[in-house]
Amino acid sequence: MTAPRRIADGATDSLRFTFDGRAMTARPGDTLAAALLANGVSLVARSFKYHRPRGIMAAGVEEPNALVTVGEGGRTEPNTRATDVFVYDGLVARSQNAWPSLNFDMGAMNGMLARFLPAGFYYKTFFGPASRWMLYERFIRRAAGLGKAPVDRDPDHFEHRAAFCDVLVVGGGPAGIQVARDAAASGGRVILVEQDALLGGSALRDGIAVPDPVQAGVRMMLRTTASGNWDHGFVTLVERIAEPGQQPPAGMPAQRLWHVRAKRIVLATGAIERPLTFAGNDRPGVMLASAVRAYIRRHGVLAGQRVVIATNNDDAYRTADAAREAGGTVVAILDSRPEPPAAEHPTFADAVPLAAHGGRGGVTAITARVGATTRRFDADVVAMSGGFTPVVHLHSQAGGTLGWREDIQAFVPEGGPEWIESVGSAVGEVEPIAPASAELPDPKHSFIDFQNDVAASDVDLAWREGYRSVEHLKRYTTLGMATDQGKTSNMAGLARLATSAGVTIPQAGLTTFRPPYTPLTLGAMAGADGGGHAAPRRRIALHDVHEARAALWQPLGLWHRPRAYPQIGETLHDAALREARAVRTIAGLTDVSTLAKFAVHGPDAARLLEMVCATGIAKLAVGRGRYTFMLREDGMVLDDGTVWRLDENGYLLTSSTGGADRMEAHLSYVHRVLAPTLRVSVVAQQEHYAGIALAGPRAAAILADLTGIEPPAHMGLARAKVAGVPALILAASYSGERAFELYAAGHDAAPIWGAIEDKVRAAGGFPYGLEALEFLRIEKGHVVIGAEADGRTTPHDLGLERMLRKAGGFVGAQALARPALAAPDRRRLVGLVSSEQIPEGAMLVANHGATVEGHVTSAGPRLLESGGAALALLAGGMAREGETLLATSPTRDRHVRVTVTAPVFHDPDGARYRD
Amino acid sequence: MMLIDCPYCGERAQAEFTYERTLDSIVSLDMPVEEVLARLFSRANPRGEDRELWRHTFGCRQWLVLRRHRRTHAIAAVDPYAPDDPE
Repeated sequence: MTAPRRIADGATDSLRFTFDGRAMTARPGDTLAAALLANGVSLVARSFKYHRPRGIMAAGVEEPNALVTVGEGGRTEPNTRATDVFVYDGLVARSQNAWPSLNFDMGAMNGMLARFLPAGFYYKTFFGPASRWMLYERFIRRAAGLGKAPVDRDPDHFEHRAAFCDVLVVGGGPAGIQVARDAAASGGRVILVEQDALLGGSALRDGIAVPDPVQAGVRMMLRTTASGNWDHGFVTLVERIAEPGQQPPAGMPAQRLWHVRAKRIVLATGAIERPLTFAGNDRPGVMLASAVRAYIRRHGVLAGQRVVIATNNDDAYRTADAAREAGGTVVAILDSRPEPPAAEHPTFADAVPLAAHGGRGGVTAITARVGATTRRFDADVVAMSGGFTPVVHLHSQAGGTLGWREDIQAFVPEGGPEWIESVGSAVGEVEPIAPASAELPDPKHSFIDFQNDVAASDVDLAWREGYRSVEHLKRYTTLGMATDQGKTSNMAGLARLATSAGVTIPQAGLTTFRPPYTPLTLGAMAGADGGGHAAPRRRIALHDVHEARAALWQPLGLWHRPRAYPQIGETLHDAALREARAVRTIAGLTDVSTLAKFAVHGPDAARLLEMVCATGIAKLAVGRGRYTFMLREDGMVLDDGTVWRLDENGYLLTSSTGGADRMEAHLSYVHRVLAPTLRVSVVAQQEHYAGIALAGPRAAAILADLTGIEPPAHMGLARAKVAGVPALILAASYSGERAFELYAAGHDAAPIWGAIEDKVRAAGGFPYGLEALEFLRIEKGHVVIGAEADGRTTPHDLGLERMLRKAGGFVGAQALARPALAAPDRRRLVGLVSSEQIPEGAMLVANHGATVEGHVTSAGPRLLESGGAALALLAGGMAREGETLLATSPTRDRHVRVTVTAPVFHDPDGARYRD
Repeated sequence: MMLIDCPYCGERAQAEFTYERTLDSIVSLDMPVEEVLARLFSRANPRGEDRELWRHTFGCRQWLVLRRHRRTHAIAAVDPYAPDDPE
């Protein structure tokens, strides 16, 4: 704690905020960092790995040290840069990564353990016995970390918006404003975005007024960050309407994510000052020279009374001027160049900082080599400048290339998409610098990446351990990772690596710039698509009918289907068992509306279907249907369903619910790309018709009763009216019982359901949901796309090979000839039985610890006897019939002895389909 | 997000389209198995322009051929798919 450092100017503080519970005041326009400095707070955070005391280094989004948690409850935002949040009345900020307190942090012991936490520590713990990692992991998670994510729901809403413009200018500094005004003057639609709350950029710290772009017709968006520059002029912006932790104005979102399409993009993103590398350069009070100046000129805050400037360029001299104007003492300017410019400050040529001294409260002195001597200077702030790095992130994200500028020791935009242009400091219009000196007496305490606690010695160690590529260096040392993505550290890290390698910096290379430019919240990314709106909810035509029957709903892709209709006191399992048993013994009805349905018509309808389906189609008689399946080009089963010949040139194809969109695209591909001359039309009708399945020993009688017609034989079809509504009746069975699917226009189908349900209930049956349907089909051995047909199974693997059309000519036929697909040890469909329930997803092994030979794809109860049944994919398939195996699910701690059987447990001959 | 100039609808965001495959990986049903496997599994990955089959799935649902640069994503042309397109 030191005395308040606000420069006397007559203005008063009108905002209240707290930091770690301590009440403080601030002025409108203060960043939290400015307000903390004004209140004399120099210790703001503890570092990531060694828990070293850290203060505020920068005045912009590049800040690596001063990460705080802002806000309370669901509005809590961890890892917020104190330099990137503007104080509002009632702001609550807390330090992070310190326990029990910032001033006395137990984690600082890590600093003493530094030799056990070198570069690559995390990687090294992965080697050797796994138990060692288990031991370290808990320690690492507790000791090294950033802030904690909130557990409460965010009370605010977020939204996505779109905008279009002729010119998008990113950066509201002098260069960006100029370009925006010029573009607007020539009549273009111009958007200017600035991440700060004020326009001006570098002019703010130099006290220079900037012209008004809005007056010139520019649409200005403040507090808006261009976070990603994508293809073809597409830029994502994040607009902060509320500050972190702040309640937004009534009816307003907290943040907006903008999707902007611009014909031309001008990047006036400025440049970020680099720290110098010397021992203790991470101490509170060691700051970027441009930041010290910004706090003086913009916020009226002098970070310290005794200022030492350490620089390799002319820009820092302006900071010395500003410090003196503000009433500070410029103790010394340490200039690494042999011939510094003339200045009205004590200036030392060929002067290089060696070590900053001090304690938790911050820096108290600095030692420097001045010529051939070593000198010590008292200081409570060290303003350092290692030169400026143009912000090329957005240029690079969009595929722009970079060139090296020796005079500023930095990369600048070179080539790239023709619609993107950089201007101002972003193209390297910054002060030239003297190249960095390699002298570094104490590399262990000379930090390069402050946020990740990467010291010069860590870069050297990575080099000695053989990490040559800069991308490997990044991953091994974590240099350039985390919330600041190396904005202040990448160039120093590269320079150090290049020195070790004896190459130039451009030869050492550069890591990739990826969006986002600054961290963005999950809320901004999600926009309005959260909670119940995370995905569209597709309702079936009879939704209200099921809702009135208290159905439990099951999401199936975007659809919601009834899972079961529990009676009072029944569990889901009880209800499903009751419903399924009713189908086996009496009758039941279920909603099958979501099945994909395609009307295929035309003289070449059969030819198209024979290209898509792997089974015989052409010989199907009018009025008959057949089970069919489709393959991918690699021979794996894509989908399955039924095909019905409605008339001479008209077919109805059904396929799985989840695969409906994929099948629509596949049919279109085969027709329009592979066989465009076929005279056929395909109409997707999934939503047109409601589908109701009536199944059970009494189904035929109920249907006859309702329609007055003779029910069609199994795999036959008929048309009739039910409850006065015309319906197409397909005699298909998924349950293994005699069954009929009735299709009618969705808006007309409710009376059909009602009529069937009345008859079913009168007979002692029930409506049944997906859970019962699953029990029924498993017992019958019907495969499901996504379970048994998991994208790796051929028709042979699923026991469907006898249905394959011998003549070929269908998608996937050729690839089935691959020899490996005939290997005897392929996993193939089998059944499993046990005296108890078999865990779904379990591995199949001979004994505990043995090699995995297969897995359980679907499991359910036997419906009319005791025990469990399952379908499984097992190496060797039915050649293993009769073997006993262990179905083991360690995650659920369930281990069940099972016997391999044929994959059908109920009515293997299909006798129950026949009346 | 790329901007694709659909010949039927005009400029639309990439989100309206689905990528299908490169033209040289289309396999017809009468190709010998060796050629099918080569086209499916041994594909070229040129650092340059390629011809790709796309569909304006959430628009006009037409099949389109894009001449697109694999590194820069620059789209040189968008044409309706014609079955006789040479690869």
